[in-house]
Amino acid sequence: MAALLAVRGVIKRYGPVRALAGVDLEVRAGEVVALVGDNGAGKSTLIKVVSGVTHADEGVITLDGRPVTVRGPHDAQALGISTVHQDLALCENLDVVANLFLGHEQRRFSWLRELRMERTARDLLASLDVRIPEIRTPVAALSGGQRQSVAIARALIGEPRLVILDEPTAALGVEQTAQVLALVRRLRDRGLAVLLISHNLVDVTAVSDRVAVLRLGSNAGEFTTREATQEMIVAAITGAGYGS
Amino acid sequence: MKAYAAAARERLTGRELGALPVTAALAVIMIVFSSLNSHFLSSENLTNLALQMAATGTISLGVIMVLLLGEIDLSVGSVSGLCAVVMTIQTVRHGLHPLLAVLLALAAGAAIGLLHGLMFTRIGMPSFVVTLSGLIGWQGLLIYLLGKGGTINLPFDGSIAKLSDTWLPDALSWTLAAVITAVYAAVAVLTRRARAGLDLPFEPVLRPALRITALAALLAIVVRILTTDRGVPLTLVIFASLVVVLDVLIRHTVAGRRMYAVGGNAEAARRSGINVTRVRTLAFVASGTIAAFGGVLAASRLSAVNQNSGGSDILLNAIAAAVIGGVSLFGGRGRTYAALLGILVIQSITNGMLLLNVDSSVRFMVTALVLALAVALDSLARKGRPEGLG
Repeated sequence: MAALLAVRGVIKRYGPVRALAGVDLEVRAGEVVALVGDNGAGKSTLIKVVSGVTHADEGVITLDGRPVTVRGPHDAQALGISTVHQDLALCENLDVVANLFLGHEQRRFSWLRELRMERTARDLLASLDVRIPEIRTPVAALSGGQRQSVAIARALIGEPRLVILDEPTAALGVEQTAQVLALVRRLRDRGLAVLLISHNLVDVTAVSDRVAVLRLGSNAGEFTTREATQEMIVAAITGAGYGS
Repeated sequence: MKAYAAAARERLTGRELGALPVTAALAVIMIVFSSLNSHFLSSENLTNLALQMAATGTISLGVIMVLLLGEIDLSVGSVSGLCAVVMTIQTVRHGLHPLLAVLLALAAGAAIGLLHGLMFTRIGMPSFVVTLSGLIGWQGLLIYLLGKGGTINLPFDGSIAKLSDTWLPDALSWTLAAVITAVYAAVAVLTRRARAGLDLPFEPVLRPALRITALAALLAIVVRILTTDRGVPLTLVIFASLVVVLDVLIRHTVAGRRMYAVGGNAEAARRSGINVTRVRTLAFVASGTIAAFGGVLAASRLSAVNQNSGGSDILLNAIAAAVIGGVSLFGGRGRTYAALLGILVIQSITNGMLLLNVDSSVRFMVTALVLALAVALDSLARKGRPEGLG
């Protein structure tokens, strides 16, 4: 199957530093690709390029085989690329429904269509099997896992085709991590392409189909998760033998 | 059912206190003063209380618009005074129709708010400094415009002065109370039906029924008290309508939702595509406009403007009222009803102390105590569940 997102030869310089030195990456629909690498390997920069936060100096991004230009986060969203940043960017004083539709409120003239939004929100959360006891209480009252789930659900409001998750389990406990990983699998089952950035190799091997390793701004190996061991991935991350 | 129980518990455990503390404070104040002075709860005194509230309460509404964003507007007092002077000069000296003069005052307030908003958003000056210079500067312009005389009287029989001396006929007051209750009940029934139609959970029937009954009882008590004296003052109706209309606007329109969003997490709002600059500017324009209207009400009550218009403790009371009423200084939390409840607390203390002939020194200290308590509650709520309260 052809890749939904393909990144070819992307170079990004910050002054004399090459954060990305010609990186390739492919994500197919219905596939979870884990992007791993040590600090400074270029994961965040690559995500920023794809989500429109910053621009590549060289290289091509294609969606469905067609080259696209991503000038800003809005472009990315219009192209069907949705990003959940590590800090979640939720308004804690607002309830779940308001957060899901933040900036994209359903309206009649400038009147909020509150009930319709609540219906859509409940349906969306139910289809993702996200359980939140009372979606009309402020997000401040939710647990970390529930907040992460709300942030991921919000990424789906614009019906994207590719969802980028930046360290979704970093701040979570064991049970909540399991919930979020289950949610990631449901995104894949919906036919979405998922790009997952993580430091946690246990999570990566638990949920991904493929693992792409970055090291010092370049590709340092790619594995089919089923066939790879954690040792192989660690070796690629640190540059000790195997693929590199 | 379970969810509602959880929500109720949430409210009681300190995070979402809402209007509970201020209502409790009000009850305590009422009980204390009425036991110390039998005149306090008389219709005459309560009517005076209603008259004293409207102007500062309205200005407090303007402050709330800015507080919801986590910013502050220190200029509302001066702006209210300045706009009242503009209105008075136009109608008294230049013979402009009173209604047009009021609209001109509102436009002036909006323009000043726009200027503050632009200085805050475009130049990036802290709102505290922008509006502090506004506080001083607009006061200066007010004194300049008043010139040598220092006071301009509004004609006692003019429509602006009449505003504060108009009383609703008893029949009209009762009809109004009935209509408000009916509208409230109709909205509750329709919302419930719409929720059921969309297969959304809805409250057990008892709760809305209780709320409707409580509203009907409250309105009946207020109308009963006020009609035994001079009647329901028009300015109270105007102030209360403003509270309700603004509450509906900021909670049910896209612009209002975005104000809460910017107040809660400006960066999150920006990233979700909200034009934060526009929301902030809008809040300052709203604050200036509403302050101007408060100034009009104050001038109407005094039938004059002078160098003290919008000065003395109006600004401090307006901000204190909002905070006592439960608006968070940290942004994103609070409703317009805070202005009504907060100003009721402050004016009750002032009024009660005056009745008891207590020195103003004590009055200041008591008001300060209530304010400090309100901010303490706000800060604790922000820190999350305080130890021992959960």
